Amino acid sequence: MSSIHVTAAVNGDPVEFLCQPEETLLDVLRDRLGLTGTKEGCGTGDCGSCSVTLDGRLVCACLVMGAEAEGRQIGTIEGMADGETLHPLQQKFLDHAALQCGICTPGFLIAAKALLEKNPDPTEEEVRYWLAGNLCRCTGYDKIIRAVMDTAEDMRKSNAS
Amino acid sequence: MRFEAPETVEAAVALLAGEAGSAFPLSGGTDLLVQMRSGRIAPDLVVDTKRIASMREIARDGKGWRVGAAVSGAEINEHAGLMADWPGLAEAANLVGSTQVAGRATLAGNLCNSSPAADTVPIMAAAGATARIHGPDGMREVPVEDIPVGVGKNSLAKGEMVESILLPERPRRSSDCYLRFIPRTEMDIAVVGVGVSLTLDAEGRVEFARLALGAVAPTVVIVDTAAILGTELDEAALDALAAAASDACNPIDDKRGTVAFRTEVAGTLARRAARIACDRAKEKA
Repeated sequence: MSSIHVTAAVNGDPVEFLCQPEETLLDVLRDRLGLTGTKEGCGTGDCGSCSVTLDGRLVCACLVMGAEAEGRQIGTIEGMADGETLHPLQQKFLDHAALQCGICTPGFLIAAKALLEKNPDPTEEEVRYWLAGNLCRCTGYDKIIRAVMDTAEDMRKSNAS
Repeated sequence: MRFEAPETVEAAVALLAGEAGSAFPLSGGTDLLVQMRSGRIAPDLVVDTKRIASMREIARDGKGWRVGAAVSGAEINEHAGLMADWPGLAEAANLVGSTQVAGRATLAGNLCNSSPAADTVPIMAAAGATARIHGPDGMREVPVEDIPVGVGKNSLAKGEMVESILLPERPRRSSDCYLRFIPRTEMDIAVVGVGVSLTLDAEGRVEFARLALGAVAPTVVIVDTAAILGTELDEAALDALAAAASDACNPIDDKRGTVAFRTEVAGTLARRAARIACDRAKEKA
């Protein structure tokens, strides 16, 4: 079976890979590109742990075919921190202890970042609806929601000053 | 399996029609990839439609809107013009799955997947939407309610694909609404879904109305709205509409709801959705 040659950008860096037509973007990220920060939970778009952005749009990487990525911009958890400096959401997740096992965390962070870029001042209800497709089986959602709300407030203050 | 991503409708149709085995168009992929993973389907060919410009756009087509078959629900909910004319359609598209799923899932995919509980199908049927289909024998346009013919079965022939969903011209004092019942507040499958579209006359009476039900029969059900025509949606008119909606149900008992529950809720939601659509139409008058 012939492989498909794909050229794309991941976190701003150009990447090239060969993949089989059946492979998902999640397979490609983890197994071809070695970017294992994006997690596989359900593999059917229900849990959100493989959340990435595709041309800026929040999607589940398990529901995107690898070959679809040709020419696209992909954003993953590996691109979230600026070197050793954590993204404000990452720091707040630590501050609020908004994670335990951590499998859902990259997905929550990517999804929350996409929300705050679209809506810097969300209500708690808006945060809960936006993140409804991200499932957590240990921490529970309250600390996660607090962390996102707290980050949004801090980011608004720092943007205003 | 082969993967192709052509740039024209003609090329996509040629690929789909020319494949000897099973061939599927891919737009959002939120059903297709799940079915591939579960082994329910094993395509020999997948044709990605998202490189076809006309299928990626929301545009005026004559006096109505044309929504390309590869436009996501999230994109519909970012299009002010379309949302002003069809807020109920946008609301239904936004209810399909999570933020992540709505970022990919399309009206045309929801239609062709032919789930009885599809959220956007009742509101498209209520809107009087048509599907523009391209195939080896050319182009045809059919009412959306003619696409699903059974649970998971659609009426498209070999090599055909939906290129666009067409929404009719919106007269003044028109609006729509989609409501569904689910036991939770988000991320669930409709137990009953109701779409209504209506137009008021200058005196605020219902001049035209279409109502469609989802999840109460194998395919979408169109309900006779004669009872509310010429009325101002007073209680008697809403009672009659609710009764018509309940009468039109042909549901099953399953883990999400019983026949009796679905039948009653269809009436209740029909009444509420008609009221909301009417209030929205008045705001636009």
